Amino acid sequence: MNQETKTRSPLRRFMPLIIFALLVALLAVGLTLNPSLVPSPLVGKPAPEFELPVLDAPNRLSRPVRLNTPGKLSQTDLQGEITLLNVFASWCFACRQEHEAITQLSNSGIRVIGFNYKDKPEDATAWLRRFGNPYLVVAQDLDGRVGIDWGVYGAPETFVIDHNGVVRDKRIGPVDATYIQEKLMPLLQQIKSEQT
Amino acid sequence: MKTFIVVVFAMLVTSANAGPVITYDFASAEQEALFNKLSDELRCLVCQNQAISDSNADLAKDLRDEIYAMLQQGKSEDEIVEFMVVRYGDFVLYRPPVKPITWLLWFGPALALIVGFVVVIRIVKKQKQAAAVEISGADIERLKALRAESPSANNTEDGKV
Repeated sequence: MNQETKTRSPLRRFMPLIIFALLVALLAVGLTLNPSLVPSPLVGKPAPEFELPVLDAPNRLSRPVRLNTPGKLSQTDLQGEITLLNVFASWCFACRQEHEAITQLSNSGIRVIGFNYKDKPEDATAWLRRFGNPYLVVAQDLDGRVGIDWGVYGAPETFVIDHNGVVRDKRIGPVDATYIQEKLMPLLQQIKSEQT
Repeated sequence: MKTFIVVVFAMLVTSANAGPVITYDFASAEQEALFNKLSDELRCLVCQNQAISDSNADLAKDLRDEIYAMLQQGKSEDEIVEFMVVRYGDFVLYRPPVKPITWLLWFGPALALIVGFVVVIRIVKKQKQAAAVEISGADIERLKALRAESPSANNTEDGKV
């Protein structure tokens, strides 16, 4: 009897081990996933409609954004050029962490627009004066109502919007070197290749 | 001692009810019931194991206000759920919809149960087969013949053929 099972399938003896290994692999993958990263359903869709007042932010030495309605930022202003829409707030600690990376991106010529989420204008202004203003323009979402339309559930978050005004990616949490190298740069190149 | 116990129990009771205090005025009982149902079934994205009804997070409060406002505008349950899903994805639903990507989630447990049953049935069957090894008629005849031939062996090696 024993002889018979052995010759019939050697795989059978290792079946429990194989199942165990698969389970370990599954759980190991599960451990590396971050449950707080909720994929945005906005990716691949046009930016939601909005109109927000622009913060009278301390100016940076750069080209201004031409707004379709003076003093207001709307989704139509996001078209025509690749834009990073960076959700930030003065109360947000991780925003300070990513501030340098955002500034570098802005200095490299990418259009970076600030989305000041549930903040007081005077706090936001003070924050930008203290750490530097990387944004070409800053929209104020005082009560977070437009943030809901964008699916914002915390700060920082960063949306990549292409020249057609379509949301291409959403970064949840601070933008860092890994994100820029592995995700943002390939995506920007892909968008550029679509433009030509 | 008695007062101490009373105080401890009073503290337990208050901590159990530490959810947000909701002060909304509803036009009807149905509307209030719908509000409670929706805010119990939608997940808070900031503190993910809480529904937006029992979360104290700022965003949960905003979303409760949003649901309330939509109910005042006469929006239906489906419209409000759709509003949330468009913005935050299926993740906001504690009861995700049945579609190809959630098939494993919905039918996985039943599948595992069926696979388990099949395995158990196969094992039981095999054990039964092993227990009931049939001896052919010819073998029995041979056994009888051998026993008749050597009566001495019959005594010492009983049963060993």
